[in-house]
Amino acid sequence: MSIQDAPVQHNHPDSLPPALETTVVKSWKAPIAFGIFSIVAILLFIAFGREGISGFRLSTDSDFVQIPTIEAPTRATGVVLTVLLVALAAYSAFLVSRNRPVRLWVTVVFAVLFLVAFLTWAAAGETIPVPGLLVGAVGLSVPLVFGALGGVISERVGVVNVAIEGQLLAGAFVSAIVASVTGQPVLGLISAMAAGVLVSFVLAAFSIKYFVDQVIVGVVLNVLVTGLTSFLYSQVLTKNTDLLNNSATIRLPRLPIPGLSEIPILGPVLFRQTIIVYILYVAVAVVFFALFKTRWGLRLRAVGEHPQAADTVGINVARTRFWNVSLAGAIAGLGGAYFTMGSVGSFNKEMTAGAGFIALAAVIFGRWDPIRATLAALLFGFASNLQSVLSIIGSPVPSEFMLMLPYLVTIFAVAGVVGRVRGPAAAGKPYIKS
Amino acid sequence: MKLELRGITKRFGALTANDHIDLTIEPGEIHCLLGENGAGKSTLMNVLYGLYKAEEGEILLDDVVQHFAGPGDAMAAGIGMVHQHFMLIPVFTVAENVMLGHEKANAAGVLDLGAAREKVREISERFGFHVDPDALVDDLPVGVQQRVEIIKALSRDAKVLVFDEPTAVLTPQETDELMTIMRQLKAAGTSIVFITHKLREVREVADRITVIRLGKVVGEASPTATNAELASLMVGRAVELTVHKDPATPGADAFVVSNLSVVDPHGQLVVNNVSFDVRAGEILAIAGVQGNGQTELTEAIMGLQQRVRGEITLDGKSIRGLSVKQVLASGIGFVPEDRKEDGLVGEFTIAENLMLDRSDGPPFVKAGTLQLNYLKEFAEQKSKEFDVRSQGITTPVGRLSGGNQQKVVLARELSRDLRLFMAAQPTRGIDVGSIEFVHKRIVATRDSGIPVIVVSTELDEVVALADRIAVMYRGTIVGIVPGDTPRDVLGLMMAGEVPDSVISPPEGAAA
Repeated sequence: MSIQDAPVQHNHPDSLPPALETTVVKSWKAPIAFGIFSIVAILLFIAFGREGISGFRLSTDSDFVQIPTIEAPTRATGVVLTVLLVALAAYSAFLVSRNRPVRLWVTVVFAVLFLVAFLTWAAAGETIPVPGLLVGAVGLSVPLVFGALGGVISERVGVVNVAIEGQLLAGAFVSAIVASVTGQPVLGLISAMAAGVLVSFVLAAFSIKYFVDQVIVGVVLNVLVTGLTSFLYSQVLTKNTDLLNNSATIRLPRLPIPGLSEIPILGPVLFRQTIIVYILYVAVAVVFFALFKTRWGLRLRAVGEHPQAADTVGINVARTRFWNVSLAGAIAGLGGAYFTMGSVGSFNKEMTAGAGFIALAAVIFGRWDPIRATLAALLFGFASNLQSVLSIIGSPVPSEFMLMLPYLVTIFAVAGVVGRVRGPAAAGKPYIKS
Repeated sequence: MKLELRGITKRFGALTANDHIDLTIEPGEIHCLLGENGAGKSTLMNVLYGLYKAEEGEILLDDVVQHFAGPGDAMAAGIGMVHQHFMLIPVFTVAENVMLGHEKANAAGVLDLGAAREKVREISERFGFHVDPDALVDDLPVGVQQRVEIIKALSRDAKVLVFDEPTAVLTPQETDELMTIMRQLKAAGTSIVFITHKLREVREVADRITVIRLGKVVGEASPTATNAELASLMVGRAVELTVHKDPATPGADAFVVSNLSVVDPHGQLVVNNVSFDVRAGEILAIAGVQGNGQTELTEAIMGLQQRVRGEITLDGKSIRGLSVKQVLASGIGFVPEDRKEDGLVGEFTIAENLMLDRSDGPPFVKAGTLQLNYLKEFAEQKSKEFDVRSQGITTPVGRLSGGNQQKVVLARELSRDLRLFMAAQPTRGIDVGSIEFVHKRIVATRDSGIPVIVVSTELDEVVALADRIAVMYRGTIVGIVPGDTPRDVLGLMMAGEVPDSVISPPEGAAA
């Protein structure tokens, strides 16, 4: 290059230097993924298409407003939807070849179309109860959302919370015993939060005070809580089921909200739930607002991004981390109570079954944002419930394969869609002052 | 406000970083704290700011003894600090950064962002800063980020303002602007402590100068003292501030880079269509403020960058797209800019570090086995040759001083058969004695007929070493000028301007 055509820029204090020139980094990830799914669609819905009529029931018998069941011819619907999928894949390939980005809505539309096509195919000759599918999905999502909220708070303040699983399990265990013995559901919920906080105390003490690797402490805590609750369950709870693990006193009643619960489809899904679920709605909104609009949230995020900067403006980093990790434990513990008090009605050995780790994935998939993490948790919950609904109505896919579905969705979501995202800069790093 | 430090002593294990330091800063003066890297200036200021606890000594403000448990107390007492590494949260806006720690909020804790914005506007107007309260700090250039730090301190009514090495990241023009700001602050009655190791700046703004060496106050000087006087006070002996070198006798084009571009993961052209060449036996210095693409350029040459366009040839053969190992094998010696991160393995011994990039064959490895006797001999000889001061060749490199660490890197890279030598920030953070040594070796390498590239953000170093200077700004080369180009011209070029005096493209800058 010659000097004459070099850019001339004046560096006045009132004018920011122009942004660097940019070029487009081509990413073929989306078209390739769409292509693979399109091939699957062609094979499954056309080549091995099934004959019959697929039904989708949209109302339950107790609904105030009854919506008729939708019926669709299986093969024809499959063909139409597959054509649409192929068209979308081609459209994304066209976009990338023209150096244009593939927007999120393309991915969303593709995913929804594929899901509808799959459900139609799986339901040939049967009827899928849509409200039942969604109610179950919300049910399975509740502990995931609580766990993810705990994860978001903990990671935003700079402590990686691998112990969500342990906090959920501790909450489930303690709330069952306390609710069973006292017969007071409120005490059960409070004790679940206390149990989560206790697990958090250990995590916080070791990682903040003694600088032990946060991931290792978290893993050890999960093993510890699993072992402890399993031991006490088989040695104590099973011998005194009436007193300590009595589903009659543990299970919370459903509280339909008048009016709202009569909304078609959404009403039964969202507003005929137990008190824990209503607390969840409030918790998501409050955490979201507080994290970004209040002094608490500003300081919390500062500590998780740049603890030294927070320290130099007089914020006590260790204390902020300690109490917010504890708060995260309380929220996750409440989610644990849902397993016993909201859903099953009694404690079982290892009943969280990895929900804590799915919640952790939801935190990352949701990019450390309470709302996005909630949506991610709902997606994972939906995948889990889809699996059980399909095995009930008799899907042609082997049940062992279907059991992988929630975890497959998790892996695809975290590895494929998320890719490179920036979490809180100081998450996982102990803050050591000299 | 009058600030007094009495007998401050701070120890880290066996190391005494501050040894009974006394210092008095009068109201409304600019007091310079001059000393080499590692002399204990920053430690002293961190004690003052409540970040470190001193073992002995006391801090007095207006003759009242203070007890700071943390930075919060220091700030409440009226001490503000502009840190060397900015204490700003990159993902926050300017207003959020300024309010952090003393937020205005209602009873429910909901932030009053409006008040914070108003505060930022008010202070930036007072000093003519032009800072947008809603800009994300990450998007701001370093010069503006520094102003945010100053606003942050002033928003808490700081009466004593400490600037810790504030000019390290600034262009010469930005440095001048900072000096103006300091004088403004002084006129407004603020006392200023200015920490630096750059002599020129000290003489320009200081009212008084205190020199610190090895944790002790070694003397006071007036701003009228000469550079040589200040330097010898700082180092403890007479120092040569200039590098002696004969005129270059350049040979043929040895290393040619043409139309090189590097794209970062966001699609930004961090190196944008860069072309230059280096001839055998000359030093090409690549000048520019940190973060204008120099790092990515050296990484692209070494094969460490992924999205690279354009051509790189060494002795007529293309080395673009080769692996790092192949690049090294083709005869490029490289001193990376961050020696602790990229240049050395801190836990390894000096000897092990000396063979770090030669572990795949003779003479260091035979039949998969380390040749320890040969290594010992080699390491001892090189330690001597490069004046590495240590307990012995089995000392872990992490325990050495910065200067000695850099000598180990230099020894390793220069003991191979080189076709090109490239050193990035070769004297960053090392003592004056080591700087002299490193500069001498770089010139000696040039004189042996090897093309040399020196990447440096220090204008002094560029001027001292270069036969030709390429100035980088925002990913492009603004121009390639002769080594004797005046500093003010270089300064303008570092800010992206092409002065009229640089009219025709110098030879060798052909596209």
